[in-house]
Amino acid sequence: MKLDSKIPEGPIAEKWSKHKFNVKLVNPANKRKYDIIVVGTGLAGASAAASFGELGYNVKAFCFQDSPRRAHSIAAQGGINAAKNYQNDGDSIFRLFYDTVKGGDYRSREGNVYRLAEVSVDIIDQCVAQGVPFAREYGGLLANRSFGGAQVSRTFYARGQTGQQLLLGAYSALSRQVSNGKVKMYTRSEMLDLVMVDGKARGIVTRNLITGEIESHSAHAVVLATGGYGNVFYLSTNAMGSNATAAWRAHKKGALFANPCYTQIHPTCIPVSGDHQSKLTLMSESLRNDGRVWVPKDKADSEKIRKGQLKPTDLPEDKRDYYLERRYPSFGNLVPRDVASRNAKYVCDEGRGVSTTGLAVYLDFADAIKRDGRAAIEGKYGNLFDMYQQITGDNPYETPMKIYPAVHYTMGGLWVDYNLMTNVDGLYAIGEANFSDHGANRLGASALMQGLADGYFVIPYTIGDYLAKMPYDKVSTDHEAFKEAESRVKEINDKLLRIKGNRTVDEFHKALGHIMWEYCGMSRNEEGLKKAKTEIQKLRKEFWEDVNVLGTNEELNQSLEKANRVADFLELGELMVEDALNRSESCGGHFREESQTEEGEAKRKDDEFSYVAAWEYKGPEAPEELHKEDLVFENVKLTQRSYK
Amino acid sequence: MKITLKVWRQKNAQDKGGFKTYQLDDVSPDMSFLEMFDVLNEQILKKGEDPVHFDHDCREGICGTCSMYINGKPHGPKQTTTCQLHMRSFSDGDTIVVEPWRAQAFPVVKDLVVNRSSFDRVIQAGGYVSVNTGGVPDANEIPIPKKIADEAFDSATCIGCGACVAACKNASAMLFVSAKVSQLAMLPQGQVERKTRVEKMVAQMDEEGFGACSNTGACSAECPKEISLENIARLNREYLKAKSSSDNV
Ligand SMILES: Cc1cc2nc3c(=O)[nH]c(=O)nc-3n(C[C@H](O)[C@H](O)[C@H](O)COP(=O)(O)OP(=O)(O)OC[C@H]3O[C@@H](n4cnc5c(N)ncnc54)[C@H](O)[C@@H]3O)c2cc1C
Ligand code: SF4
Ligand code: FES
Repeated sequence: MKLDSKIPEGPIAEKWSKHKFNVKLVNPANKRKYDIIVVGTGLAGASAAASFGELGYNVKAFCFQDSPRRAHSIAAQGGINAAKNYQNDGDSIFRLFYDTVKGGDYRSREGNVYRLAEVSVDIIDQCVAQGVPFAREYGGLLANRSFGGAQVSRTFYARGQTGQQLLLGAYSALSRQVSNGKVKMYTRSEMLDLVMVDGKARGIVTRNLITGEIESHSAHAVVLATGGYGNVFYLSTNAMGSNATAAWRAHKKGALFANPCYTQIHPTCIPVSGDHQSKLTLMSESLRNDGRVWVPKDKADSEKIRKGQLKPTDLPEDKRDYYLERRYPSFGNLVPRDVASRNAKYVCDEGRGVSTTGLAVYLDFADAIKRDGRAAIEGKYGNLFDMYQQITGDNPYETPMKIYPAVHYTMGGLWVDYNLMTNVDGLYAIGEANFSDHGANRLGASALMQGLADGYFVIPYTIGDYLAKMPYDKVSTDHEAFKEAESRVKEINDKLLRIKGNRTVDEFHKALGHIMWEYCGMSRNEEGLKKAKTEIQKLRKEFWEDVNVLGTNEELNQSLEKANRVADFLELGELMVEDALNRSESCGGHFREESQTEEGEAKRKDDEFSYVAAWEYKGPEAPEELHKEDLVFENVKLTQRSYK
Repeated sequence: MKITLKVWRQKNAQDKGGFKTYQLDDVSPDMSFLEMFDVLNEQILKKGEDPVHFDHDCREGICGTCSMYINGKPHGPKQTTTCQLHMRSFSDGDTIVVEPWRAQAFPVVKDLVVNRSSFDRVIQAGGYVSVNTGGVPDANEIPIPKKIADEAFDSATCIGCGACVAACKNASAMLFVSAKVSQLAMLPQGQVERKTRVEKMVAQMDEEGFGACSNTGACSAECPKEISLENIARLNREYLKAKSSSDNV
């Protein structure tokens, strides 16, 4: 299979304008003859569905929550990037493009990233017009902040609730199209299969989560906006329902899965407190602007702290190791996410971690409070400190916060070309569900930007190019392809319900998460990855023999929902490991211990690995086939990252 | 901690439903309320019984999905969401009664899960600014005083959980509706449709079967996002103004 990214010819700054001019248009009167399915109504899906409706297409949109307003996007805190240069501090489309390619450790496509930076400016205009209450200065203009170590202030925000406000904006636009009758919204509906007719994506099969009914929906194109797959790890900052099922089942129908091993692990999350832990809570990155990260120098002191015999505030300065400041004197506590995470793991592996589990480091505000006063710190981080106290019971004004890295975002996803179409005709993937723009590492505040760029400003153009070449004919859901897909879905559900084994779905999910975190987490090596592969295969076999899913299909059955998702995670997890094994270089969030510099930092191997790894499904229990899309850099010079 | 739970069990919308008592012997004070329910469900599953169904997703207090009526209060004793309530707010040996939201406009689906799609329909009636994608002015073209932007933000933080309805003896949705009406009425972008919006949203709210507001303030006192009663006052003003010079038919 030859992968064609379809990047338009010409200078980078002109590609998108030229492409928009060259794409075929659907005549306004004909748009109503086309049906589009949008699965997922987070930022990417809601913005796409609303925009399609406005253009005149007939849209069917789906989500598994009880309302589109509750998608995982709602939880994003920090902000959204855009190259507006309102602060006159030297930002530009080119700089945002450059930062994103560099931040992604040169593993993304220049063409896509440039377009992302280009349309970023329109997003902010759109959101403001919808009534999104971004933070403002006293003069009434929009406020910006610098985020995640960026050299310019290009991040727009709405207190600590940016994702919520952006999603509610997209949700309101979507609601307007629902009331106009252009979008039909299916809530509490889960896509369980993709339907292909004559080699084209022509519909989906869903389960109505309330009645259990298996339903078919036909359309001229299918857009997946189903989010990321961080929950493979069981514990992550993702919402509990976030899953890979839609993308994975499309993968099994032929869509390539790209760079599955690229996972972002966020350094500042609240540590695990016990076996009951169900999810991890992110503490905003901004805390590292004022907090100092440390652990005791001496293992013995850590042990005393873990046993409660010593208070961190009683440990003298000369017995503390501010390890980020020590190892990275110029960036200190503000090193990028992957570097901060990995270093926290190292000090905990050495036995110097704190908290009863030994898996936590301190983020200390004592110096900042001494320097700026408590009021100033409260002004900046008050709500975060309150949240921390609510969850942990500790007061961060008096004792240092405890933090530990957690899985946060997945850069990998369905392979798409410049039009955001997968290799399957008529199947698109947008938002976190695709692999396209972040390379091996995503910059802070860039996921919201990408989701909305894809949904508002890219796919409304590119989908027209495809539809314009399609006949209007509809495929009936009585077509045998739909019937086949329906019976396969029913078969899987029946099989899950019949096993009646001894272990619950959560037990399997936790076991999988443990393997992934241990061997395919912050630091990976060949031996561990091979071990993970066998362990996942074994676990998957046990799952299909011993899982216990009660109840029936014909009712609200949350165990059955979870079982379907975990069944897919058990397959995707293995592919992630396979991809991590194949990529024996370190890049961005993917750290292979075999490939590091003398100082222990990540080392890329550009000659060997400057490609997108896109995997093709080859049937149950068969190894997947690797296809490579070479990455070409014409505008950015490749350098090794250094934060010393 | 040992905890006794009296939980509302109801197989489906048609079922009459009733309380069932469960015993949990090993609850950690660090658990969230929902994690305590996870433990309960694993225990129930091991016995071969149907787990308690409840709604949840983000577990960070922002998606508004979780919805338990705990000891006679929506989201329990603290002014937060159920997912952000921790067991350290209870004592060893406590008995805790857990029910679904109760309101005509929020019919029970199963156990603690209710149907809140009425909220979506109220928003669909007019909770938006009618702009299409593209062709909008530059974001900094219309300055908005910080004070107004901040106030609009305060109203916009509503998470649509429905605790206000569950807390109200009349099951009124005034706090929810007023939060959205206020946000858009304060911002310049919301001016054009200001009157039609409030009329349409209030009409839809009535049609969904939410009760009348009697200004007791129980809603705001239980709202996890501290949406203030001022929003309701503003809604009333907006509504009167709209009615007296209606743009609507
Ligand atoms: C705690 C946290 C904080 C973050 N903060 C930031 C930040 O400050 N800035 C930033 O840029 N990014 C941030 N991110 C990342 C960002 O929030 C996400 O990457 C982004 O919101 C994903 O949007 P999406 O539309 O692609 O998917 P989602 O919002 O995950 O939406 C997925 C949609 O798909 C639906 N769905 C899924 N599977 C199915 C199925 N099988 N059938 C039917 N429907 C399905 C769901 O119902 C949902 O509607 C943060 C992430 C987390 C976890
Ligand atoms: S007003 Fe408060 S209680 Fe009511 S839905 Fe909004 S957040 Fe929930
Ligand atoms: S689960 Fe999202 S607010 Fe509680």
